[in-house]
Amino acid sequence: MIKHDGGRYLFRRALNVFNLTMSMAATVFGLFWLGWLLWTLVSHGISSINIELFTADTPPPGAQGGMANAMIGSLMLTAVGVLIGTPVGLMAGTWLAEYGRENRLASVIRFVNDILLSAPSIVIGVFVYGIAVAPFGHFSGWSGGLSLAIIMLPVVLRTTEDMMRLVPDQMREAAAALGAPRWKVTVHIVYRASLAGMLTGVILGIARISGETAPLLFTALNNQFHSTDMSQPMANLPVMIFQFAMSPYEGWQHLAWAAALMITAAILVLSILARLLLRTNSFGK
Amino acid sequence: MNAVRIEASQIENPKIAIRKLDFYYGKFHALHGIDLAIPEKQVTAFIGPSGCGKSTLLRTMNRIYELYPEQRASGEVILDGGNILAPTQDLNLLRAKVGMVFQKPTPFPMSVYENIAFGVRLYERVPRTEMDERVEWALRKAALWDEVKDKQHQGGTRLSGGQQQRLCIARAIAVKPEVLLLDEPASALDPISTLKVEELIAELKKDYTIVIVTHNMQQAARVSDFTAFMYLGDLIEFADTSTLFTNPAKKQTEDYITGRYG
Repeated sequence: MIKHDGGRYLFRRALNVFNLTMSMAATVFGLFWLGWLLWTLVSHGISSINIELFTADTPPPGAQGGMANAMIGSLMLTAVGVLIGTPVGLMAGTWLAEYGRENRLASVIRFVNDILLSAPSIVIGVFVYGIAVAPFGHFSGWSGGLSLAIIMLPVVLRTTEDMMRLVPDQMREAAAALGAPRWKVTVHIVYRASLAGMLTGVILGIARISGETAPLLFTALNNQFHSTDMSQPMANLPVMIFQFAMSPYEGWQHLAWAAALMITAAILVLSILARLLLRTNSFGK
Repeated sequence: MNAVRIEASQIENPKIAIRKLDFYYGKFHALHGIDLAIPEKQVTAFIGPSGCGKSTLLRTMNRIYELYPEQRASGEVILDGGNILAPTQDLNLLRAKVGMVFQKPTPFPMSVYENIAFGVRLYERVPRTEMDERVEWALRKAALWDEVKDKQHQGGTRLSGGQQQRLCIARAIAVKPEVLLLDEPASALDPISTLKVEELIAELKKDYTIVIVTHNMQQAARVSDFTAFMYLGDLIEFADTSTLFTNPAKKQTEDYITGRYG
C-alpha cells in the first residue's frame, strides 16, 4: 500500500475537480452561443421552407417567390471557385510537400499562403473588383468565382501539404527503392495514402467559400432574375441574404431567414462529410 | 579457433566493390574512405554502434540517399564491374537490380497483391494470370504465402508487423533483383517474427547477394557469412563472421563485441 499525505492528496483532487468544472463551463459557454444561433435560424427559417424556394426566383417586394436563381447562382459560383482553387491548391501543396520541403522558396510560399489564409475576404473582393470587374465595366459571375477560388486556394494548399507530410518518408523511400520514378511515388503512393485527408481539405474549402458574402458583393453582386450567364451579375445566396435581411419587406426577410438556414445546413453537411472522410482515412494505424 | 581468416582482399569477383567511398550529410563527413568487397550470394553484415555509418554505407548501394539533396557520396561503388555512383547510371535500373528492405515495415496503402504487383509493373507488362503467379512466387519466397493466400486482396497494413516486413521482402524480391539490402530488417519485430526473417535470410542467400545492417551482434553472428565492423564513419575491420567474432584482429572490434562500448 502506498501511504500518502492526506492533505496534499485532497488538495490535488480538489484542484482536479475545479479545473474540470472550469473546462466544462467554458465548453458550455461556447456551445450556448452556437445553440442559440442555430435555434434562432431554425425557428425563424423553418416556417419559410417550402417547395417554392427551389422552383421560383427571387420576387419583387411584396410578392410571393423563392430563391431558385440564387441557389443555382451560388452553386455555379462555388463550382467555378472549386474548379480553379482545387487544382492549383493541390499542385502547390504537392510541390511544397514533395519538392520544396525546407528550401527558401517553399518557406516564402508557405508564409504568403498563411497570409492569404487569414486575409479578410473583403480585401480579396476589392482586389478581384480591381482586376476583373472594373476593367470590364460590369459585375460578373466569373469574377465572383475567381474571388471564391482565391479564398479556397490557401485552404486546399495547406491541407494538401499537411496531409502529404503525414505520409512517412520511409514510404517514399520504399517506393523509390523499388525503382519507382518520383512522380509515381507521389501519385501512386503518397496521394493514395493521403487521399482522404486531401479530399477533406477540398470539402472544408467548399464549406468555407459557400458562405462568403463580402467578396461576392464586389464581384458577382446579385441578380433579381434567373441568369446562368457567367459574364453577367449573378444571383447568390449570401448577397441575397444581405440584401433581403436589410430590407423593410417582410416577405424578403422571411426568404433571408430561409436562405440562411439552407446555407448553414449545407455547410453542416459538408463538415460532417469531411469528418467522416477523415475517420475512414486508412493510412497509418 | 583455427578456422582460416578471410580478408576483403581475398574475395574473388566480389558482387560489389567499394573504393575510397566518402559520404557527406551537408558538411558532416559521415564515411571516411571506405574500402570493402561484398561477396556474391553470401550474407554480409554491417555492425557497429549507433551513428557509425553502417546504414549510410548501405544506402549508397542503391543511391537511395539521393532523395535528399543535401546528401552526397564520392568514390566508387562498383556493382558487376560498373561504378553505380557515376552520373550516367540509370537510377531505376540500379534499383531494379538492388532491392531494399527498411527497418520499419512499409506496406503501401493498397492490397497485399497490389503491394507486390506495384514493383513488378514498374518494369514489365505482365498479363493477369502471370502476375498472379509472380505474386504467389514472391510470397512463397518470403515464407508468407501460407499465411496470406486468402488475404491477398486485403489491405497490406492489416497484416501483423512481422507479416508486413515479409511482405516488404516479397515486394523487393518480386522485381527479381540480384542484391538485397536489409536495413535492420528485424529490429521492429517480435522475437518469433525475427526468427522467421532470419530463417528467410538464410534461405534467400542461395539466390541473392545479401547485405544486412544490424545493431544486434548475435543476429549478425547467426545470419551472416562476412561481417564488417564500423565505428565513427570508419570501417575498422572486415572478415568472415566466425573469425571476426572469435578472433578479431583489432582492439576496437574486440571491445565492441565483448560489450565494452556501443
